[in-house]
Amino acid sequence: MTRKVVITGLGVVAPNASNAVDFEAAIRKGQSGIRHVEAMATSKFGCRVGGVPQGIDALVAAEFPEDELLAMNMSHRYASLASLEAWLDAGLPRPDREDPSVDWDSGAILGTGIGGMDTTGEKVIPLTDAGKVRRLGSTAVEQVMASGISARISGQFALGNQVTTNSSACSTGAEAIAMGLERIRSGRAERMICGGAEAASHYIWAGFDAMRVLNRGSNEEPEKASRPMSASAGGFVPGAGAGVLVLESEESALARGARIYAEIKGQGLNCGGHREGGSMTAPNPDGVRRCIGMALADAGISPDQVDAINGHLTATGADPREIGSWAAALGRGPGELPPITSTKSMVGHTLGAAGAIESVACILMLKGGFVHPSINCEDVHPEIEQHRDSIPHTLREMPEMKTIVKAGFGFGDVNVCLVFEKWEA
Amino acid sequence: MEQSEIMGNVVKILTPWVKNEDALQSVSMETSILDDLKVNSARLVDVVIAFEDEFDIEIEDEDVDSVNSVGDAVTLISSKLD
Repeated sequence: MTRKVVITGLGVVAPNASNAVDFEAAIRKGQSGIRHVEAMATSKFGCRVGGVPQGIDALVAAEFPEDELLAMNMSHRYASLASLEAWLDAGLPRPDREDPSVDWDSGAILGTGIGGMDTTGEKVIPLTDAGKVRRLGSTAVEQVMASGISARISGQFALGNQVTTNSSACSTGAEAIAMGLERIRSGRAERMICGGAEAASHYIWAGFDAMRVLNRGSNEEPEKASRPMSASAGGFVPGAGAGVLVLESEESALARGARIYAEIKGQGLNCGGHREGGSMTAPNPDGVRRCIGMALADAGISPDQVDAINGHLTATGADPREIGSWAAALGRGPGELPPITSTKSMVGHTLGAAGAIESVACILMLKGGFVHPSINCEDVHPEIEQHRDSIPHTLREMPEMKTIVKAGFGFGDVNVCLVFEKWEA
Repeated sequence: MEQSEIMGNVVKILTPWVKNEDALQSVSMETSILDDLKVNSARLVDVVIAFEDEFDIEIEDEDVDSVNSVGDAVTLISSKLD
């Protein structure tokens, strides 16, 4: 059984906006959410800037009961806010906690790359090492278990279908959407809350700084620090937040008269096997090309039908190779690539949330008929120079846009590609 | 410390964990923490840690087993303060 799957709700918590309306305004303007992070400076990081969502504690305090808040660390807070926004945006009712009904047709696949390491660093390790295990109380496990965020959401919406957390490093958020698509396509669910969340924590970011993959050269100019596709790209800027999509079978969406943002037309998931240049930290280019090809084939479209690309594009040395893979996968020569943009230029690399936040950006661009600017690459990388005209330095209106493709790549040589299309009845 | 003062602090500590806020309006020494206030039983360990911090006492795990009502908690805390 194969069914059409559409997107009926969007939610986002990002460094430059805490809801989808503000996020669309921010990405249209090319507004950076990158700021100085004092904890990184105190801990002597080379990179001292990051993308940290703002004002979150007040937002969650207004929405969630105190007993839940006491057990919600940062990724729980981001995931809960974004999921609530998406669920309500889809026109679905927020169930009362005392209502015994369970929604057996709705589930959640909400991923995280790292998990509750903020709780591990701030509570579990210090209290355990001090011999005060008892003082961890009852809320430590649910905040450090990998599935904590999806478990949290399932209670908030009385979800009775599959509820799980996936993890595939920086492809996590987009992978969750691909997995939700299959769940609904196959008839096993009607609605899936899909996406990813990642906390803002210097404990999460420390290992990346030690690898020297974070940009150390822009600490004095945070908003210019995330520079995908530029000659001056010096590594990525770590970020945090959550992106959530409500995926729904077309028949369910139509039956309840829901507003439909777009159709999710196809997906590709694979791994490069750590061969042919692929490794724990770099993608096998053949794997990337195959993944993009798989997604187009799954969507039933040809490469020339791709109107715009939201790349992985983190601002490391991998950007030129990624552009080369897009050109090869789509069979486009110099000057022929469709507009290609990097949401990370504004929000940084939100790790397990990246594919989800960037998918929210894709849906907003498709719905609004525009491609957001990819900022901080006025000095296009010399190896990308031949595709210079495909990079939107300012907002590009594209009212005729029909198809946008999103890809993400993660440590472990894992790849994901999603095809979003304008929905037509 | 007066029992009424202890009870006030006990209720204050329980409040964030209470799911039945109506029961909180008519709370008494007889009010059951789990059955009436609908505090999740897993959260009792957090409540006990808060009692220890608030009253500067130590509560043994076996002491907790005897606490069902708000009054049980007040009595236990009073005995530790003596």
